[in-house]
Amino acid sequence: MSPTQLRFDLRLIADMVAPKTRVLDVGCGEGELLKFLRDTKKVDGRGIELSMAGVAAAVRQGLSVIQGDADTDLKDYPAGAFDYVILSQTLQATRNPREVLEQMLRIGKHAIVSLPNFGHWRVRLSLLARGRMPVTSSLDFTWYDTPNIHLCTIDDFIDLAQAIGARIERGLAIDSSGQIRPFTPPDWKANLMGENGLFLLGK
Amino acid sequence: MNLPPVLAPGGIDPRTQACSTAELGPLKLDCGVVLERITVAWRTYGTLNADKSNAILVCHALTGDQYLADSHPVTGKPGWWHTLVGPGNLFDTDRYFLICSNVLGGCMGTTGPVEINPQTGKPWGLGFPVITIGDMVNAQALLLDHLGIEQLFCVVGGSMGGMQVLEWAASHPRRVFAALPIATSSRHSAQNIAFGEVGRQAIMADPDWHEGDYHSHGTNPHRGLAVARMAAHITYLSEPALHKKFGRKLQNRQNVTYGFEADFQIESYLRHQGSTFVERFDANSYLYITRAMDYFDLAAEHGGKLANAFKGTPVRFCVISFTSDWLFPTQESRAIVHALNAVAANVSFVEIDSDKGHDAFLLDEPEFHKTLQGFLDGAAEHRGLLPGRSVDS
Repeated sequence: MSPTQLRFDLRLIADMVAPKTRVLDVGCGEGELLKFLRDTKKVDGRGIELSMAGVAAAVRQGLSVIQGDADTDLKDYPAGAFDYVILSQTLQATRNPREVLEQMLRIGKHAIVSLPNFGHWRVRLSLLARGRMPVTSSLDFTWYDTPNIHLCTIDDFIDLAQAIGARIERGLAIDSSGQIRPFTPPDWKANLMGENGLFLLGK
Repeated sequence: MNLPPVLAPGGIDPRTQACSTAELGPLKLDCGVVLERITVAWRTYGTLNADKSNAILVCHALTGDQYLADSHPVTGKPGWWHTLVGPGNLFDTDRYFLICSNVLGGCMGTTGPVEINPQTGKPWGLGFPVITIGDMVNAQALLLDHLGIEQLFCVVGGSMGGMQVLEWAASHPRRVFAALPIATSSRHSAQNIAFGEVGRQAIMADPDWHEGDYHSHGTNPHRGLAVARMAAHITYLSEPALHKKFGRKLQNRQNVTYGFEADFQIESYLRHQGSTFVERFDANSYLYITRAMDYFDLAAEHGGKLANAFKGTPVRFCVISFTSDWLFPTQESRAIVHALNAVAANVSFVEIDSDKGHDAFLLDEPEFHKTLQGFLDGAAEHRGLLPGRSVDS
């Protein structure tokens, strides 16, 4: 797979991963990031995926993926088992985001988290102007039919990271045109302009 | 079973005519008994490569045997995984060297209760020591020593075969590169032990059993063994599969007969399953092998914690279960996966959507086969086994 074929947000995550490391991708889908990391960075990758179709597709490609759930299955792994634990666009769909994040940093030296930013100006404007729950390109669900039960803003996430004693090693805000803006919190502009946030956390 | 040891001295044993046998040993059993010499009967498919790195050990289930891919010498039926084995097939015989041996305690040529006890000159019968899954695996290890194979590329098996796979990975981790336990469990559940006991009691209740000494009495507890098989066979299927296949359909009749003939197709089917089974299987073997399954408890062997069985394991695992399997349900596989995660092992786990019950691992399930293929290909790549003729690699 050439780098250009990998989904844009996954490519940004891949850039944060050092070669020849151990990676756990939580919510790995069909394993496209794991496959990319294996093929281009010789990463020893594992995945957890909720959907059986996703798991089957990943295993068919020779990837080590199990059917499981971020909320319940991270506790099985021993501390420090991985160099990176990745959670892409999934934290907001977990039942207990704080515990998931704590578990990620227990079993991994680093955690990489990407999330849709509920503080993005479009979201704010949508609620302010229309008085309705926002449905945007990165939050493409109606309120009654959404997996996103714990939405947060970039600033909210930074608060959580600090609350559990995580160190934010890198922060990226990605705006709706795909522009990437590195930032160091606190950064009000990142929280307003970033449609998505991407974080590399350490302990 | 009207097969050896009824055999005349020097006669040809049809069970092992089309396979290899060797005298191996000694084998120290878990019960403490030492068998100085055992016979192991096995079949191979494909060619062992120069560095002996392409061997796959296929472990058969309770009533399976070494005739994985060719026709059975007693029944003439095709091998139990014959659709998966061959050149260019899932178990590609151009790429891999497959070994399948009859388990210790079995009745297709490997030492078991039907064979002659060298000390008495008579069949072992109930004099045969009680064996375990670990003993079966150690007998297979003797065979690998005999074949000069230090490490298997893969160990694969379903049901009791899966128990052997887990035992292999736990007790000989350096001899296994990849492990594929399918539709199995790290321990026999109370429900499984219960079904095993029903089968054993059916055999023992048959007056022709004679405390296991039926050979000297010239009898065969085939009725008891057939009932055992019928009861067990139900556990291999699922209610939806039974409903789809048979429903309440009647067997060659328009109305029920108000009697106890096989009015229903399902009855007729089960009776057929029972009566064909006794032609190829030994009743005492059935007792011993089901007992070995009952005793299997990998966690208990490792201080009560399943994860301890796999501590530091270098083995790549792929655990597979089937949604409608109620004999070895998915939660049993999940417990294995949790234990493997606890030691950060390399593990894949797929639950295949199927309505065919436990037997799904023997049937045409495309999703299952694609998963097997993907895992094998991935593992082969890591092991440096190239596709194509193994002899060229």
